[in-house]
Amino acid sequence: MTFRHRHLLGIEQLHPEEIRTLLDLADQYVDLNRREMKHSEALAGLTQINMFFEASTRTQASFELAGKRLGADVMNMAMQASSLKKGETLIDTALTLNAMHPDLLVVRHPHSGAVSLLSEKVNCAVLNAGDGRHEHPTQALLDALTIRRRKGRLHRLSIAICGDVAHSRVARSNIILLGKMENRVRLVGPPTLIPSGAADWGVEVFDDMAEGLKDVDVVMMLRLQKERMDGAFIPSEREYFHRFGLDAEKLAHAKDDAIVMHPGPMNRGVEIDGTIADDINRSVIQEQVEMGVAVRMAAMDLLARNLKAARAEQGVMV
Amino acid sequence: MRTLIRDIRLIDPEAGRDAPGALLIEGDRIAATFDRPAPEGVEAERVIEGGGKCLAPGIVDIGVKVSEPGERHKESFGSAGQAAAAGGVTTMVTRPDTLPAIDTPEVLEFVTRRANDASPVRVLPMAALTKGRQGREMVEIGFLKDAGAVAFTDCDAVVTDTKVLSRCLTYARSLDALVICHPQEPGLSAGAAASSGKFAALRGLPSVSPMAERMGLDRDIALVEMTGVRYHADQITTARALPALDRAKANGFDVSAGVSIHHLTLNELDLGDYRTFFKVKPPLRSETDRMAVVEAVASGLIDIISSMHTPQDEESKRLPYEEAASGAVALETLLPAAMRLYHAGHLSLPQLFRALSLNPSKRLGLETGRLAAGAPADLVLFDPDAPFVLDRFTLKSKSKNTPFDGQRMEGRVRATFVGGKQVFGET
Repeated sequence: MTFRHRHLLGIEQLHPEEIRTLLDLADQYVDLNRREMKHSEALAGLTQINMFFEASTRTQASFELAGKRLGADVMNMAMQASSLKKGETLIDTALTLNAMHPDLLVVRHPHSGAVSLLSEKVNCAVLNAGDGRHEHPTQALLDALTIRRRKGRLHRLSIAICGDVAHSRVARSNIILLGKMENRVRLVGPPTLIPSGAADWGVEVFDDMAEGLKDVDVVMMLRLQKERMDGAFIPSEREYFHRFGLDAEKLAHAKDDAIVMHPGPMNRGVEIDGTIADDINRSVIQEQVEMGVAVRMAAMDLLARNLKAARAEQGVMV
Repeated sequence: MRTLIRDIRLIDPEAGRDAPGALLIEGDRIAATFDRPAPEGVEAERVIEGGGKCLAPGIVDIGVKVSEPGERHKESFGSAGQAAAAGGVTTMVTRPDTLPAIDTPEVLEFVTRRANDASPVRVLPMAALTKGRQGREMVEIGFLKDAGAVAFTDCDAVVTDTKVLSRCLTYARSLDALVICHPQEPGLSAGAAASSGKFAALRGLPSVSPMAERMGLDRDIALVEMTGVRYHADQITTARALPALDRAKANGFDVSAGVSIHHLTLNELDLGDYRTFFKVKPPLRSETDRMAVVEAVASGLIDIISSMHTPQDEESKRLPYEEAASGAVALETLLPAAMRLYHAGHLSLPQLFRALSLNPSKRLGLETGRLAAGAPADLVLFDPDAPFVLDRFTLKSKSKNTPFDGQRMEGRVRATFVGGKQVFGET
């Protein structure tokens, strides 16, 4: 087994071989999840705390279910409602939680780098469930698993990531992962939503959907993060849909067997046409959700093994 | 009382000279310099053997934040003064961005009194340009100048209303006051924690284009042309702003510019995995920009190097990068960090001390910054090659937020003299 990390903070720290290890294990969990008896004991006796400093439904549910299927005791904390309002700092919150002896800490935070900061202060394994605009590693891994299962490989594919790249941690993690696995990545969107310097990331940048989608294997749409908009990045939703929303006409530029992905939740009629999203031949959006649970089970399983090994080495009771 | 410092390298920024010699202090002034390491026939009560080390005019540091009044737990005049003495800084020109801001003669008098009681080095206070640094109403520039304010600045708060600023500058002009501004287009840089580019985008940090600095400078220079004020840009940190500065000087405007030691010795990649001790304002720039401003210091286009000493406590730095406070302490690391530029061959020691001592003195109309007979005996004796690893907890500042923690440095201050009196070093 090749996976030598205490935490899963980002894709940036992972070696291609580690990504393959994790996806292989996730494949096994996909099979488990499709059985009637969906239970494993990999995390039995361990405590998993989900700390979400930013609202989330699907990611939190996915992590919760993943933990429960592996036998962990799972607790959810909605942090935006609690101590932050009382002025407690992130470090103090971390130390408080640490005193409760969690084994796995799943953290989402609105600021880039915050999860990494927190990981320095606790004794357990930390999983980044999204930090600011920085990374969302489990999303990129579940996207990779979806692509690998559909396309039969995860290399030498042409993949277009479309929409609000500037505010998207999903985009960053995917760009890094797909680059590491030797794919050709294109970014497509209005220049106000493409980060400056993106052209230096080893990707191609387009501001026209027809050109950007030409002959690609995978079309990855991003949510237009309305709540992140400080001001006017785009003139209007309808102009955005007209120029950058994925519809049948634009999708026709991609390969005939190109798949359509979206991390959810979707804004139908803004970044994606409803009929495309529901097209079972093209859209793999539901499959992404399924893969999400399996990938998170794999990630927590691997981190728990490393945690146990590290504790055994230190002579600490497991 | 006469003190002879023998067997030294005299670093004379005025003459551009770095040569062996000796120096005689009489009372609070320099009595003579000698071009022989061991001059004969000179009588002195005290003789200091320099051992071939460097003697330069003490550093005049424009833009030191002493957190009095308001945040004495971060830095007091006592602790800042000790740090300055240990760093070879003989004059601290202090910032008014305190709580409350130094914007009335009464607050300024409090500061001056505290400074004189507690600091072993000279303190020259600056005052705010507008009340509360709010950019709406001008301060009592006349009273404040009479009370000892050497310059007027709202620090990193940009006066956005150009009508307000133009009136402040016009009024300041009539009193021949020096105004220091922070060239930045505040709309473009709102919310930014890093310089825009590949690195900031990958780290997912809100960022600002380096162009915001040039836009701010262009605006300021237009107002200087309009009002004829004596103007200093606190920090020029980008290549794109340099041609505008060059043109303003060529046009004969009374314009000068500074840069912080951090922007000369660090770049944006240093912030690595969100290391908040590297968060400064403006944010650290690309290596291309860094090299351009180093060259501008060498050519004299950028006049002044300062520490931009900004104490922050642990709490305000132990936060996610975007939320963390900006600023770094630098009084004690200014000289060793500057030695990096010397050892890398970018700047000679006379060039460095032109920017550290001579130019800031000239800009403020001070007698210091020179190694000439008759000048105040404000001096720093240092070994440019002494290596050490910086441990931030050894700093004399109350706050320990230095980006150089754990780094290898070369260059240590051996002794500091203010007005002929030794304020730091072995006696």
